[in-house]
Amino acid sequence: MSSGITEIALVLEDGSVFEGEAIGYVPENGIAAGEVVFNTTLTGYQEVISDPSYAGQIITFTTAHIGNYGATSLDAESRGTFARGVIVRDMARRHSNWRSEQSLDAMLKQHNLPGIGGLDTRRLTRLLRDSGSLRGAFGTADEKQLLAAAQSERGTSGINLVAEVTTPKPYTFGDGKFSVVAYDFGIKTTILRCLSDIATVTVVPAHTSAEEILAMKPQGVFLSNGPGDPEMVSDATNNIRAIVEAGTPTFGICLGHQLLSRAFGGHTFKLPFGHHGGNHPVRNLATGAVEITSQNHNFCVDPDSLSGVADITHINLNDNTNEGMRLRKLPAYSVQYHPEAGPGPHDSRYLFAEFAEMMEGK
Amino acid sequence: MPRRNDLKSILIIGSGPIVIGQACEFDYSGTQACRVLKEEGYRVILANSNPATIMTDPDFADRTYIEPLTPEILAKIIEREKPDAVLPTLGGQTGLNLAMALYAQGLVGVPGTPELIGANAVAIETAEDRDKFKQAMIEIGLDVPRSGVAHDMDEAKTVLAEIGLPVIIRPAYILGGRGTGIANTMDEFLKIASDGLDASPIREILIETSIVGWKEYELEVMRDKADNCVIICSIENFDPMGVHTGDSITVAPAQTLSDVEYQKMRDAALACIRRVGVETGGSNVQFALNPANGDMVVIEMNPRVSRSSALASKATGFPIAKIAAKLAVGYTLDEIPNDITRMTPASFEPTIDYVVTKIPRWAFEKFPGTSGVLGTQMQSVGEAMAIGRTFPESLQKALRSLEQGRFGLNCDPGETLYDGLDDETLLKKAAIATPERIFQVGEALQRGITIETVHDRTKIDPWFLDQMQIIIDERGAWTGRSLKDISKAQMRRAKRLGFSDAQLGYLLGVDELEVRAHRESLQVIPTYKTVDTCSAEFAAQTPYHYSTYEDENEVRPSDRPRVVILGSGPNRIGQGIEFDYCCVHASFALRDAGFETVMVNCNPETVSTDYDTSDRLYFEPLTREDVLNVIAAETVASGGVAPKVIVSLGGQTPLKLSGLIDPAIIAGTSPHSIDLAEDREKWNQLCDSLSIPQPPGGTAVTLPEAQAIASKVGFPVLVRPSYVLGGRAMQIVHDMDALQRAMEQLAADGSLGKEGGLSAERPVLIDRFLEDATEVDVDAIRDHTGEVLIGGVMEHVEEAGVHSGDSACAIPPQTLPAWVVEVISSYASAIAKALDVRGLINVQFAVSGTTVYVIEANPRASRTVPFVAKATGVPLAKVASRVMLGASLAELRAEGLLTPPVTGGHVSVKEAVLPFNRFPEVDTALGPEMRSTGEVMGIDRTFGRAFVKSQSAAGTVLPTSGMVFLSLNDGDKPAGLVVAKRLRALGLGIAATTGTAEYLAKFGEPVDRVVGKLSEIEGSSMDNAVELVAQGAISFVVNTPHGRGSREDGEAIRKAANTNRVSSVTTVEAALAAVNGLWEQSSSEVEVRSLQEYHGR
Repeated sequence: MSSGITEIALVLEDGSVFEGEAIGYVPENGIAAGEVVFNTTLTGYQEVISDPSYAGQIITFTTAHIGNYGATSLDAESRGTFARGVIVRDMARRHSNWRSEQSLDAMLKQHNLPGIGGLDTRRLTRLLRDSGSLRGAFGTADEKQLLAAAQSERGTSGINLVAEVTTPKPYTFGDGKFSVVAYDFGIKTTILRCLSDIATVTVVPAHTSAEEILAMKPQGVFLSNGPGDPEMVSDATNNIRAIVEAGTPTFGICLGHQLLSRAFGGHTFKLPFGHHGGNHPVRNLATGAVEITSQNHNFCVDPDSLSGVADITHINLNDNTNEGMRLRKLPAYSVQYHPEAGPGPHDSRYLFAEFAEMMEGK
Repeated sequence: MPRRNDLKSILIIGSGPIVIGQACEFDYSGTQACRVLKEEGYRVILANSNPATIMTDPDFADRTYIEPLTPEILAKIIEREKPDAVLPTLGGQTGLNLAMALYAQGLVGVPGTPELIGANAVAIETAEDRDKFKQAMIEIGLDVPRSGVAHDMDEAKTVLAEIGLPVIIRPAYILGGRGTGIANTMDEFLKIASDGLDASPIREILIETSIVGWKEYELEVMRDKADNCVIICSIENFDPMGVHTGDSITVAPAQTLSDVEYQKMRDAALACIRRVGVETGGSNVQFALNPANGDMVVIEMNPRVSRSSALASKATGFPIAKIAAKLAVGYTLDEIPNDITRMTPASFEPTIDYVVTKIPRWAFEKFPGTSGVLGTQMQSVGEAMAIGRTFPESLQKALRSLEQGRFGLNCDPGETLYDGLDDETLLKKAAIATPERIFQVGEALQRGITIETVHDRTKIDPWFLDQMQIIIDERGAWTGRSLKDISKAQMRRAKRLGFSDAQLGYLLGVDELEVRAHRESLQVIPTYKTVDTCSAEFAAQTPYHYSTYEDENEVRPSDRPRVVILGSGPNRIGQGIEFDYCCVHASFALRDAGFETVMVNCNPETVSTDYDTSDRLYFEPLTREDVLNVIAAETVASGGVAPKVIVSLGGQTPLKLSGLIDPAIIAGTSPHSIDLAEDREKWNQLCDSLSIPQPPGGTAVTLPEAQAIASKVGFPVLVRPSYVLGGRAMQIVHDMDALQRAMEQLAADGSLGKEGGLSAERPVLIDRFLEDATEVDVDAIRDHTGEVLIGGVMEHVEEAGVHSGDSACAIPPQTLPAWVVEVISSYASAIAKALDVRGLINVQFAVSGTTVYVIEANPRASRTVPFVAKATGVPLAKVASRVMLGASLAELRAEGLLTPPVTGGHVSVKEAVLPFNRFPEVDTALGPEMRSTGEVMGIDRTFGRAFVKSQSAAGTVLPTSGMVFLSLNDGDKPAGLVVAKRLRALGLGIAATTGTAEYLAKFGEPVDRVVGKLSEIEGSSMDNAVELVAQGAISFVVNTPHGRGSREDGEAIRKAANTNRVSSVTTVEAALAAVNGLWEQSSSEVEVRSLQEYHGR
């Protein structure tokens, strides 16, 4: 039984130690470090792991069994993985699903993504919930080295992680009716699929200037999700402002929401442990309806900072934080959560249709 | 949308007696609904015929009608109470069917009548009518199995011609899949289709392509008036399609669905509830998925809370029924707070960080002749649920929760059952779904048969099989080892895979307590996690715990005095909702008295496992190990002070554990006294010293001992194992051959450690059987001052020999002289004193002539406690629990908890409900082995009227026209004469067997038709009773079995009555009670009255 198991530990910046075993890729220096967050989604581990928004983070899955249905290129949300590590209670030894191409463990190894399994993920989640996201490190190194690695980790505040994940050069996706330019701050494939139902999408690197974009004469501009602190993507806010003020219909998701808000004077702040899961209730203030949403963000827009400029369109019913806004005078709107799902419920996909209507000039 | 103020009073329809397919889950949902609606200030009117339920406690509604659940009776209740609305979606299929019947009569759901809230008639019809449902699903673009509807056999054949075999046949408007079956051949098709048409109340069946072997899933959905929809839980069946979901091992959350597939299913479930039009509340939608290509079809949806929603509620901590009741009166999901987090709204989808496994429990051993094969018709009588951090852990916990002598996934003496089987035979057995399959699969994997092969034969998903393989691999690390060499790491690994100490002890060849001691010395002790609806994202306010082996324990310290109440485990015949009632009442009473109450149970259907019934809930198996762990955890949480433990309210399950728990902490009657009542020698001495007569008898471990006793006391003798409930394996034996068979059977059960088996520690009791005696039950409470409260004296309708749980009984006694009742009360009091009882005691007597014999005494709660409480208005279970914790009856009187019993003016009759319609191959004659699943209560001014109500409530259709068939044994013929006279007076015809007809003729009672016995009619022109029943010429059957010799004739007639849905009684006493009642009722209308009125409240 013990053959093939490498016992390793996770150490957090506060000194907490969790014992587990190595899964996935084993880093050469014996250490994987990052900001530890937890995700409560029951399904969709592959989409989560391949979501570029997790750059710089170690993802803890609260769901006990991970890897049950394997992995498939169809469910990849990006060209690779950008997270620093994966923490699970139990990594499936064998997977079973007609769609799968390989095991999750094989996928982790393929992407050089380290992981730790078998630990008390509930204790870890409770700790993160109570103390907020913590930096941590895990691996074969001894506990002292791991603690040092955790404490010297930079976290996700105050650094530009978008540069790590954005596409190096433009490409197009789909062949829908409208021409849309999408800023890639860490864009997910499911978003591209949803956009491609309505548009031919040109995906451009995060640093692309407003002038370059406006020169492409798009019917709409999309601002993608992405990792880390929106304050650190300051050049983007200037570009966005110019594009929107030129009257281009604009739609943003997650980091895109934060950047659009910041472009028009909004402030952002960091939540204690963020929202990461597929079950958050969001109220659409226009209709009163409750949508069950997919969420993945640590930073949040202060709605008061948008007063007079934008209308708040959506709020989170768990903690009343802002989930969406629409500019009063310009054709631009954005949501904090993930209407594209992948993983998560499809309750909010109407937002893509609204983008089409906006581009239609309705 | 806030609370509806236009409604003032609401009628809730309960689900009636516990039957297969409809059990405690509707007491749980109904109780929640009553509480919520009362809290909201509505006048709540409840109709339910089941006295064992918690919801029918008079505190839970303003008006509680324990009356038969028939449209006629409900119409009378509606006429009397004039409710503004009727809530039919919390009373199971019974509630829905009654609502539809009332709607069809224009009594509800149409202008000027009470509104149907929760689901309206159109929605109910869309979901329940197979064809309408199928059309609705196709309309919204969902796939359904190819199918057609038929109303007769010609139509059925036409449909089959279009679809082709194999097909699955489902009757419309049925519960628990009754009458459903899979046909692979034309012969099977003709039979199942014909049976299905008979089973459907509207003679309609759906014939559809069989998708046996596909994967099966279920989603629990809730919707509010504003069209907000959420999924509460996904459930994946371990058993593939082909086994009724109620008979399947099921797992939550779904384990092998990718997000892409899950979201597609979620979209379909939401579309389904919206299209069907369930306005508010919970529904479940079942899906089948082709594992080869992901093709998905919708199987069915229930537009109401269900067994699955009870499971989903317990699995997630989200109280579906409670929320459904709030939604029904106008609230929306976002207006209702999540009780567990208190900070977040109910408009979210629970997420869980553990795995829940539910395993059904069957009772095939009670029904000789049944095949034991599981299919599309539900046959289980109960279920256990277990929570673990992983599937292996929850599976093993669930298996030991079943209390069937198994310690987990094999690794126990039960596994020797497969020793003689070669691999191919084993695989052949495992390919057929039976209660044993899970263990057979475990054995196959243990033998090294590959997962591929096992999957190929069983279609069980390879992921589940690999998880089982992980358990088996761990076993490999234990065989051949010695306990002292087991390291902490190895111990922890095994415990995390759910291994019980007993399993590990078996593998090492040592006692489980040695394993426990070593484990504790290694500091491998369970941690308790919390069920919180949100995977720890928010702090939980509700302490609902399960054990696992992790780093962190979440039990919060407290210094209040606490009481651990051990529940009754999975429902089974003989132990069900009555004991849950007692445990819940104890929790309520002790909470009110300032104790912190701690419930331990593993039955997801119950009120006891509702997270707010007690101060703390441990969802744990009721085994020695798990219970001792809870006691230890509670001791630690209160700074080293051990809690008190109640073992006597949950039936045999906790009672069996009483000897294994420190006697100093057991509340109430000491384990010593419990043992005294069970130990035959000591019990005999006790009765002798009190000069209370007993039938002669003795105890035996071996056959020669048994034969010696029988020779001494003379036949017939009653043979029964000790320490069982529900008359398990109890038999009346008339000769030596039968005695030998009985002893052999018990010895075989004993070797497997099964319930009711014979072993050296558990000898068999053999007593002279008193023929023609009247059986009497007494429930009493004795306090520490020595005062005894006689709660109720119940006279059985059927003679001694019919198990008390299957027998009808009346309060007050109807035929016994008053002085005999006084003797009985005196005997009961003396026995309670001699046993030094503190709390409840049940004593059974047999009265022969004017001699009162004591049969047995059990110093614990009995099955009749809730019935007595409802008949007399005395809350016996509450009083008993307080007495067990030290209060005196006098103190409780002063407090106002104990009030004088309400007597005079009414008679209460309890009647058993038997599951024979599920088992057509079984003889319906009653005997000493209990086989009823539930009970009903009839209450009225006279015994006759109350008895007729009890029969109607139990589903027995008493004759009002046509011909009654009489076939009586010699001893019953005089009483049969009286029955015949009454039948005549009622204008009914009589058919009788030759012997019965000749006897009646002697007293001037001619019969209309003389019917031959099977042996007589060979070659003659006489009528055959079986044929007459099949032709519909008989409206009622009275057939009393003969004590010895050939029972075949009677059995054939009883079976014919059963399969043709002709009601029958098998005792002459019941026949007399019925005809007398009908006679009384022929002179005036049936009246309804609430319990509150009977109790003068």
